[in-house]
Amino acid sequence: MSVLTERINEIIKPENLVYAKSPLLNDDAMHYCPGCSHGVVHRLIAEVIEEMGIQEQTIGVSPVGCAVFAYNYIDIDWAEAAHGRAPAVATGIKRVMPEKYVFSYQGDGDLAAIGTAETLHAINRGENIVMIFINNAIYGMTGGQMAPTTLIGQITATTPNGRNADLNGYPLKITELIAQLPGAAYVTRQSVQTPAAVRKAKKAIRKAFEIQAKKIGTSFVEVVSTCSSGWKLTPVASNKWMEENMFPQYPLGDLKDSGRADADLYRIKG
Amino acid sequence: MKGNEVIAEAAIRCGCDGYFGYPITPQSEVMETLMTLRPWEDSGMVVLQAESEIASIHMVYGAAGAGKRVMTSSSSPGISLMAEGISYMAGAELPCVIVNVQRGGPGLGTIQPSQADYNQATKGGGHGDYSLFVLAPASVQEMHDFVVLGFEMAFKYRNPVMILADGVIGQLMEKVELIDQRPRWTNEQIEEISGDWATTGKRSNRQKHVITSLEMDSNTMEQNNLRLQAKYNRMKDEEVRYESIECEDADYIMVAFGSAARICQKTVQIARRKGVKVGLIRPITLFPFPEKIIAEYATKVKGFLSVEFNAGQMVNDIRLAVNGKTQVEYFGRMGGIVPTPDEVELALEQRFNN
Repeated sequence: MSVLTERINEIIKPENLVYAKSPLLNDDAMHYCPGCSHGVVHRLIAEVIEEMGIQEQTIGVSPVGCAVFAYNYIDIDWAEAAHGRAPAVATGIKRVMPEKYVFSYQGDGDLAAIGTAETLHAINRGENIVMIFINNAIYGMTGGQMAPTTLIGQITATTPNGRNADLNGYPLKITELIAQLPGAAYVTRQSVQTPAAVRKAKKAIRKAFEIQAKKIGTSFVEVVSTCSSGWKLTPVASNKWMEENMFPQYPLGDLKDSGRADADLYRIKG
Repeated sequence: MKGNEVIAEAAIRCGCDGYFGYPITPQSEVMETLMTLRPWEDSGMVVLQAESEIASIHMVYGAAGAGKRVMTSSSSPGISLMAEGISYMAGAELPCVIVNVQRGGPGLGTIQPSQADYNQATKGGGHGDYSLFVLAPASVQEMHDFVVLGFEMAFKYRNPVMILADGVIGQLMEKVELIDQRPRWTNEQIEEISGDWATTGKRSNRQKHVITSLEMDSNTMEQNNLRLQAKYNRMKDEEVRYESIECEDADYIMVAFGSAARICQKTVQIARRKGVKVGLIRPITLFPFPEKIIAEYATKVKGFLSVEFNAGQMVNDIRLAVNGKTQVEYFGRMGGIVPTPDEVELALEQRFNN
């Protein structure tokens, strides 16, 4: 038994458990840093897939970035996409197997920088997929460089004096952008820093997967997230920093819940 | 039929599951033909115009990972954009067919025919140690046949297959014999053929399937590399295809692929009428390259002439096969210029001082 497992077992006792681990999550120790939001979102996805009973019909697409190894933790079939291309990979899977549930899982650099074209066009085609977007305003995997969503003034490895709009442009509100597209059926922004927020985020993910079955367009769930290592803050301080700095720039809530109505305006009549 | 149109016909008829592409001259007729034929109404084949060549190849990646027979087509600059995705597919060992109807480069270059992507196609093109299975059609019939053969090879070796055509073959109109419509594979067939790796949804009776080229452990990664190399060596042993024309008594052998080989066929006749014994080897597979037959003739002929619509790329593979045993020369034109058979014959005379 590893030291890690021993220490975990000291903490995890039946009387301390408030929820059970989804059988879709395996026992591999996640590689994520303490305080990272990825682990919580992984759990919510696993729970939703389990509760909907769609494990045999679901294919996940993992990105390049911290979540590249998402396939190690959730017990479903996966395709690991090249950097930024997860929406294209998900499109390919869904188009040849329209009866399956397909979701992509991407960070801010993957989804909103290198993969912006794939993101916009997959949603603009109204691909019947779920897109999960982890926005922690930094590149975690490569060591804390500026992301498209990095806040003005935020210090990163490539903005050591803080992000400067003249030099680096502005925080990209890609979720607001894609909410304009007729192909988007459901666009929401969530967070997972409190039990209440986690419950809301899970509801949103569940709704996104349910919309996929209706074949009315893309569901997009942004999760405003923490990156303790990249931000160089403790997990607790990260949550506070996120609430104070990220939420004003990226306000939580549904941005769009139009179902098919928006797309119907463009449909050929007759 | 036109070469590019035949690609579309052959794809539908051989039971292809999906085509993902982006328009580029001189091969846009492939997708245009597919969109006109509307195969999704009959065979159920998906046809999708992507937002870029980059998206196209990654759609192919996703769909191929599901065990489906899928393809894309493009021309030189578009293939460069796909290079990363092709490397990922080779690394993840995914079957697919990629058609490159080459145009002249570098850069935006010209929309006229070229064979300047030989090195890109046969030496990788993207990053990392990998090889594609590369077929070079020299007729409209072969454009058709190689789509069918390409899917066969792609699944036999779990490897991307490239059909390296050029603007001449793509735009050429010739008679062609089409195969009868074959059905797409059923889920049961996919289970039988690719059931141990495809992402068809995890059942309780099997482990999850993950399509990836990523491996963090160096020892395991080296084993992955060695497995790929062993596969490429198997192709070299078992899949070399070429056509040999009047080589038996030849003093000089031209080596040319695709439309260059069509021109050289005429050059053989012209030279022989002049009393010069000239033959032609036409590599059909550019990878694996027909190096053995070239090595065999190296001790029998006075020289090889590589004829290519580029600055001399295949000539290096011929030199490796000949290994100094006889003279190896190159003749070619660039910029989209297609030489005449007489021009090639003149080059033969000049290079070998006949």
